[in-house]
Amino acid sequence: MNDKIISLVCGIIFGIGLVISGMTNPAKVISFLSITHNWDASLIFVMGGAIIVTAPMFYLLRNNENSLLGNEFNFPKKTEISFKLVFGSILFGAGWGLIGLCPGPSISSIAVFNPLTLFFLLSMTLGILLNKYL
Amino acid sequence: MNNFTPISSLVGGIIIGFSVVIFFYTTGRLAGISGIFANTILNKKNRISNLLFLIGLVIGPLFYFNISKVQINFEITNSIILISIAGFLVGLGTRMSGGCTSGHGICGISRFSIRSVIATITFIISGVVTVFILQNFGLHL
Repeated sequence: MNDKIISLVCGIIFGIGLVISGMTNPAKVISFLSITHNWDASLIFVMGGAIIVTAPMFYLLRNNENSLLGNEFNFPKKTEISFKLVFGSILFGAGWGLIGLCPGPSISSIAVFNPLTLFFLLSMTLGILLNKYL
Repeated sequence: MNNFTPISSLVGGIIIGFSVVIFFYTTGRLAGISGIFANTILNKKNRISNLLFLIGLVIGPLFYFNISKVQINFEITNSIILISIAGFLVGLGTRMSGGCTSGHGICGISRFSIRSVIATITFIISGVVTVFILQNFGLHL
């Protein structure tokens, strides 16, 4: 039960952060990627602000085994620089650059009730399913 | 840089960071949104709590809007074809590489994961190239 309440609260906090950061606006993300024309560096400050908070925590918890709710800490163990890592990132970057939406903002943007985002969420789901059964 | 917003973007980033910290410290799981979204669809384990996280992502902006009365800007292409191609590439790409802007870009980089640093540099370059091509050669779908 606690796990569910915490998930909801963390989602709410994350969503508030996204909207304050301005990243829920696709046009703002596009202007970050548009380095030759009216570049807007704000996205670096979003990532930087988040990392300032998260990096010390990951460092402090690196030798701990269990979370507050008693689950094992899910530190990713993969270290291989694989073809899938690089190729997948190229595909993701291309989709991100096409319209300026990545997964977090695409879900938060349901809040603005723009029916166009539903096409994004539906096709994102298809992409996820294709990867699963590829 | 007309629309540069370093302060609000930094504040928003710090708030996102706190969400990641609270989520990881309590549940032991990483708040990578593409992973949470995919697991909600594909994985029975933690399905309800993953779904609640996603619902929170929608409630957060609504809550903020109601308190602050600040209009949320949302400017996007009106091409359904372009949006559908983009969504497909984002879904496939993030699952192949195992993360998105939050999973690799925030969680991964702050753990000094080489994989995530490479993924983040790659998707930013790919995004920059895509925007450059669209702006200079146009693509009217």
